[in-house]
Amino acid sequence: MDQSKTIKLYQDMLLLRRFEEETGRLYMEGDIRGFCHLYIGEEAIAVGSISCLSEKDYIITHYRDHGHALARGINPKNIMSELMGKSDGTSAGKGGSMHIFDVSKRFMGGHAIVGGQLPIACGLGFASKYQEENSIVLCFLGDGAVNEGEFHESMNLASLWKLPILFCLENNLYGMGTHVNKTRSSGKDIYKIADSYKIPSMQIDGMDVLEVQKATQQSIEKIRSGEGPVFLEAMCYRFRGHSMADPSSYRKSQEVVEWQKNDPIIKLEKFLSNQKIIDQQKILKIKESVDSEIFDCIEFAKNSPDPKIESLLENVYQNE
Amino acid sequence: MSNLTLRESIKTGLIEALESDTKVFLMGEDIGDYNGAYAVTAGLLKKFGPKRIIDTPISESVILGTGIGAAAAGLRPIVEIMTINFLLLAFDQLINHAAKLRYMSNGQIEVPLVLRTVTGGGAQLGATHSQSFEGWLAAVPGLKVVCPSTPKDALGLFRTSMKQKDPVVFAEHALLYGVKEEVPDEFFEIPFGKANIKRSGDSITIISYSGMVRTCMAASEIISKDFNVECEVIDLRTLRPLDFETIIKSVKKTGRAVVVEETWKTGGFGANISESIQLEAFDYLDGPIIRIASEDVPAPYNRKLELGTIPSEEKIVAAIKQNFSI
Repeated sequence: MDQSKTIKLYQDMLLLRRFEEETGRLYMEGDIRGFCHLYIGEEAIAVGSISCLSEKDYIITHYRDHGHALARGINPKNIMSELMGKSDGTSAGKGGSMHIFDVSKRFMGGHAIVGGQLPIACGLGFASKYQEENSIVLCFLGDGAVNEGEFHESMNLASLWKLPILFCLENNLYGMGTHVNKTRSSGKDIYKIADSYKIPSMQIDGMDVLEVQKATQQSIEKIRSGEGPVFLEAMCYRFRGHSMADPSSYRKSQEVVEWQKNDPIIKLEKFLSNQKIIDQQKILKIKESVDSEIFDCIEFAKNSPDPKIESLLENVYQNE
Repeated sequence: MSNLTLRESIKTGLIEALESDTKVFLMGEDIGDYNGAYAVTAGLLKKFGPKRIIDTPISESVILGTGIGAAAAGLRPIVEIMTINFLLLAFDQLINHAAKLRYMSNGQIEVPLVLRTVTGGGAQLGATHSQSFEGWLAAVPGLKVVCPSTPKDALGLFRTSMKQKDPVVFAEHALLYGVKEEVPDEFFEIPFGKANIKRSGDSITIISYSGMVRTCMAASEIISKDFNVECEVIDLRTLRPLDFETIIKSVKKTGRAVVVEETWKTGGFGANISESIQLEAFDYLDGPIIRIASEDVPAPYNRKLELGTIPSEEKIVAAIKQNFSI
C-alpha cells in the first residue's frame, strides 16, 4: 500500500473532525444558524469511499454533508463561509449547511429531504450511461432513508436499468432519534434489502477507513464494468447528536462511550504508528497543520461579507 | 397549414425535439410499447428506438428524479407523468428539488426539464382523476407553467418550453386532445408570458386558461347574441410567467373582470389575478371582480353531478348577468 496515501486518509479524517468540532463551537456561539448536522464519528466513510473516485465521478448526498464535501476536496473556506451564510460560501449563502454544492467537482449536493437525493442519483447515473461517460455516482444515504418510497423506487430503477451507482448507506443506527430496531421491519442488516432488487450488497465496518476504501474499490470496479449498482452498508455511529438541536434523550451516554472506543481516527493513528509509518512527531505536525487550516478557514469565513440584498432575487430562473 | 389535433401538434413538437438534439429523450409510463395513455407518443418508440423513448415502472418520484438528475448532468429530458393527479406522488422531486436546485446551488445546477402531464376533468373519472393542479404549481418559484388551449398554441409553446433552462410543467387538458386547428407549416414559436386576446370586446374582460378558454368563448358568443354586449376573452397561455400587462390593459378598457378556471375556487389561481386587478385597476372597475371555478368538492363520478361542478357557459352567462346587470 502506498504509505503517503494512507497518511493522507488520516490527515483528511482529521480535517473533517476538526472542521466539525469548530462548526459545533461556532454554532453555540451563534455564528452558524439553522439546522446543522455534524459528521463526527463517521469520517472513515466519506474519506475512505471518496478517495476511490475519479474527477469525472459524481457525488450526491444527504444533509449531513460537510464531511463528504471536505473529503471531495472542496475548499473548507467556502464550506465554512456557506455555513455562516456568507457571500464566499459554496452557494453564496443561499444553501446553508444542508445544501452544499460544487458542480466543478461534480458534488451535486447536500439534499435535505430524507431519500430525496436517490431519484436524482438515478438521473446522474442515467446521464453517464446515456452519454457513455463511464463515470459512476457515489450516493450516500442514511438508515432513515431506507423507509422512504423514493428509496425503493430508486433501487428498482437502478437495478433494472443497470445504472452505475454505488449506494453507500451510512447506518448510524438512528433515524434522527429513533433506533433502527424500532423502524425497520427487517431489523438489523439493512444491506440484505438490496437482494430483493438483485443489487449486490455488503455490510462493512464504517469505522475503519481502510475497510471502507477496499470495499469501495471493489464495488467501483464492478460498477465500471457495466454490471449495474452496488449497495454498501457501512455500520457507524455519530458521536454527537442528530443535529445541534438534539436533546440526546434517546440513547445512553454509555453507548456513546462504547462506540468512541472505536474512533476511526484513533484506530488509523494506532495502525500508522504500529506499522511505523509515522511517528508521534509527524502526527503532531499533521495535527498542527490541520488546526491551522481550520483556523484560517474560520477567519476567512468570518471576514467574508454577507451577500448583497440584490442577490435575493437572482438564480430563481436563468438570467433573472 | 395543416389541420392538426392538439394530440398531433404536441407529437409534432416531440418529433422535432428528438430529431434536432440527441440529448433529448422521452421517459414515462406506457409511452413506448403501449403508445402513450393518451396516444401522444404513438409510434415514437418504433421511430426513435428504446434508447430515446423509455418506458418506466409506475414510480413517479424516480421518473421525475431521473429526469432532474439527467438534466443536471447536461441532458434534455422530456418526462411524461401520465396525469397531473399522479404528479402528487412526485411532488417532493418537483417542488423540493427541480424548482430549487438552481437557487440553492446559486446557479451551479440547471434543470432544463420539460414535464408533460395531463390535466382537467369532465370525463367522469371521479375524484382522484379529474383534478387541475397547474395553479398550485404556478405558486412555486423556480417552475414555469404552461397551459395551452389550442393545437397551434400547444406547438408554439412546446417549442419555447424546449428552449428553457428551467423546469417547465406543460399541462395538456385531456378534453382538448381531439380538438383541431389550422397550424402553420412554417416554423413559429409562442413566447412565455404573452397572453392571447382570443376575442376583442369593450364591455367585459374574461380571463381564463387551459380547457376553460373554449367555455369562455362559447359564453361570450351567447352574451353577444342575447344581450348585445361584447366580452374580451384573454387566454393566459402560461400561468408562470404571467402576463399581467395584457390583463390590466383590458380591464382598464372594459371596467369589468371575470376570472374563470376549472380548479376549486378556494386557493384557485384566479385569486391572484383578482388581487392584481383590484390593485392595478381599482379606479377603472365598474363592479366586483367575479371568480368562477369548480365547487369546493372532490369531483363526482355521476355525469349530472360532474357537470354541476365544472364551470359551464350557462354558469358564466348567469354570473355575468347577475353581477353586471346586463
